[in-house]
Amino acid sequence: MNTLPRRSFLKFGAATGGGLLVSFALPLRAQPDRKEKPAEAAVGQAAEKATGEAGALAHNAFIRIDREGVVTLVMHKVEMGQGTYTSMPMLLAEELEVDITQVKLEHAPPDNERYGDPLLGGQVTGGSTSVRGAWVPLRKAGASARTVLVATAADRWGVPASACTVRNGVVTHTASGRSLHYGQLVDEAARRPAPADVKLKPAKDFKLIGTPVKRLDSPEKVNGRARFGIDVRLPGMLVATVAASPVVGGTLKSADEAKALAVKGVRQVLKIDNAVAVVGDHMWAAKQGLAALAPTWNDGPNAGFTNAKLVADMQAAAAKPGAVARNDGDAAQAFAQAPGRKLEAVYELPFLAHATMEPINTTVVLQADGCDVYVGTQVPTIAQGAVAKLTGLPLDKVRIHNHLIGGGFGRRLEVDSVVQAVAFAKKAKPGTPIKFVWTREEDIQHDMFRPYYYDRLQAALDAQGRPVSWSHRITASSIMARFAPPAVKDGVDPDAVEGAKDLPYQIPNVKVDYVRHEPPVPTAFWRGVGPTHNIFVVESFMDELAAAAGADPFEYRRGLLAKAPRERRVLELAAEKAGWKTPMKPIEGKRVGRGISVQFAFGSYLAQVAEVAVDGEGNVQVLRVVCAVDCGQVINPDTVRAQIESGVNFGITAALWSEITFDQGRVMQNNFTDYRMLRMNESPTIDVHIINSTEDPGGIGEPGTSALAPAVTNAVFAATGQRIRKLPIGEQLARKA
Amino acid sequence: MPTIDINGQPRAMDVTDDMPLLWAVRDVAGLTGTKFGCGIAMCGACTVHLDGEAIRSCVTPVAACTGKRVVTIEAIENDPVGQRVQAAWRELDVVQCGYCQSGQVMQATALLRSNPNPSDADIDAAMSGNVCRCGTYNRIRAAIKLAASRKGA
Repeated sequence: MNTLPRRSFLKFGAATGGGLLVSFALPLRAQPDRKEKPAEAAVGQAAEKATGEAGALAHNAFIRIDREGVVTLVMHKVEMGQGTYTSMPMLLAEELEVDITQVKLEHAPPDNERYGDPLLGGQVTGGSTSVRGAWVPLRKAGASARTVLVATAADRWGVPASACTVRNGVVTHTASGRSLHYGQLVDEAARRPAPADVKLKPAKDFKLIGTPVKRLDSPEKVNGRARFGIDVRLPGMLVATVAASPVVGGTLKSADEAKALAVKGVRQVLKIDNAVAVVGDHMWAAKQGLAALAPTWNDGPNAGFTNAKLVADMQAAAAKPGAVARNDGDAAQAFAQAPGRKLEAVYELPFLAHATMEPINTTVVLQADGCDVYVGTQVPTIAQGAVAKLTGLPLDKVRIHNHLIGGGFGRRLEVDSVVQAVAFAKKAKPGTPIKFVWTREEDIQHDMFRPYYYDRLQAALDAQGRPVSWSHRITASSIMARFAPPAVKDGVDPDAVEGAKDLPYQIPNVKVDYVRHEPPVPTAFWRGVGPTHNIFVVESFMDELAAAAGADPFEYRRGLLAKAPRERRVLELAAEKAGWKTPMKPIEGKRVGRGISVQFAFGSYLAQVAEVAVDGEGNVQVLRVVCAVDCGQVINPDTVRAQIESGVNFGITAALWSEITFDQGRVMQNNFTDYRMLRMNESPTIDVHIINSTEDPGGIGEPGTSALAPAVTNAVFAATGQRIRKLPIGEQLARKA
Repeated sequence: MPTIDINGQPRAMDVTDDMPLLWAVRDVAGLTGTKFGCGIAMCGACTVHLDGEAIRSCVTPVAACTGKRVVTIEAIENDPVGQRVQAAWRELDVVQCGYCQSGQVMQATALLRSNPNPSDADIDAAMSGNVCRCGTYNRIRAAIKLAASRKGA
């Protein structure tokens, strides 16, 4: 598929200091079918709104080739582990015909117009979009540059371009053996017009795409030289640590400044309405100073907020009809008239913190005429817009210096901490570089949480046990209403219903509706976003239907996927590779079981089979996860495997243990002691099976997480007979044991 | 004023004795490869070697390090075992976001120096204090085995 408008796609120009500059557009792609998520496009609108810029059809300066032949790709995406700093250069190098090691990377400055994502519309790294958006344009830019470089060489030799070959950035005239490297051609090539159109390689000719190219960021990440935001060091820089009101909406009441300032190395105390920071020569001084400061708070209107109150409110809200996201046939009537079993269930999912390994941090240098912000962010333009608004500076005086991200998972789609840091900096001496670092406790307690979900489900079976009616009411906060309001259409938050609305199973009567219910705490995206919630609910309830029908959970699903061939294929492959038909080997003193899930999410098809063992105390161990994935054309199979492994382990942490709870308006968890992380000894064997495909690439950063929880809880059901309708599994099995 | 030997270089530091080594290394010595993760020895991101032993620098006061040798990720390539570990990490593309990996490499190096042929149970015991939020555990295990298989090479 290629819908790129030819007239404005590419421009060539001379780079400052010599060389070729290739500018090209990543235009917004048409949305041909249900597979394109409007939710994703809307996320970028938030980025546009922040800076008042429109994304599509602009010329983007992405690639420079210098006189030495070094290719610089200005990365419109940020690396946070997903491998985009390897897959993007692969797309370029494939068509440009250079060695991948000839490609150098630079972080892009904030600029929606130049560095916006074609799916998202703004400069956002999220939603598993990077490869999907760049798949055609980045290859095309590479092919255009190669075409002109070859033509330049051919003209210099007076031979036809077709008589030349190119390899590793060297053009060779085959007959005479003459050769020139790109660096010797760039100045002349820069004066030529970009070709009107170029042909992209067919998949069979790929040399890099589809191969396990090594990550380009590996060496610096194993020798300590990689620079994350938290590693910024500037001359004269001070370090601050922060305490915000433990209750959202609360304000600072008192603080013992004299005591804090008496701590060796403490320089200043900075106060804003709802938070306080202690600035010191280093983090230890700042931490000691904050402890001495002992701030107290006016809790404000949310002092009484508890989980129990939230769930009671959501339960009441869920009693009334919501905004309709899907309505096939008449689910209510079909339910009433169904001859077979009728099922009803409530599913709940908790608030979640992101707990990225790199705690939240921002370094600010604020002066009267400009502001420099050093941070690892998924949304540089939103950060820039927010800082401009807060400081009153024009956009071009706000410089966002992006960094490697020590774990994003959606946390760094938010700029709350950047805004807070700049608000503090306004109180400090102008021009003082200050690095604001949150402690782990602050990071967990003042995260922007994945919403709590309260889902009501209803289904009825016919006489043969096949579903004839399916109703799903989702009650939850709307992240989109805050993040990208235009995405909410007719009261439906597309993220909240994603994975529920697009149920792949053949059921004649389906109704999905959405009730918006806002808690007093802010909510945000979390790895796998909508599908991580809905796939758990849908795939668990589908398992309940299979059990009610007395059917095998795999065969039951397969029977309902006649019109969803790619879903069916991954389901079959996962079952086959897991040995679904062969019973698991018993383990003495434990109950064992297998569970299965299938999904379409982020443009990719995934099925997982999980094997679990449950001990006498009700502790669940995930022993093995088998995953079949069809993500269309694979760019780097090792990256796909790595992302599935990562998604699975990330999903296990959440399914088994993760929940943020509130009491008296305060978050009850504060560090890895009570917000538990999966560890090496708890991590399962993970087998990944990739289906060969030349379909357009799908996303891969998130699907592994969203498929995991239902595979595990369905396995728990197989092992124990207990259906998990509320995450995390936590102590639920112990209580029942 | 404590003097600490970091990577073979003695450094006099104008800090209090109770300052955790982590901040002395990162904020005073400027060696940012060692990471802050939790501050309470629950994640292992801050792992360095103290006289060859893997320790959590976030809870080790500088006073406990005087007269001893501190080695951080920046110098682990000078250790033949560390070098093998780093090579195995690169070969199997262990890293993702990479934030925890300095600590993982330091912990794995200490393991292989004391136990050149660790079993799966030994690896679990040595490595389960090091959290990786990206979940690279399967590859860490494989890389430790790969590095072990190459000793003397």
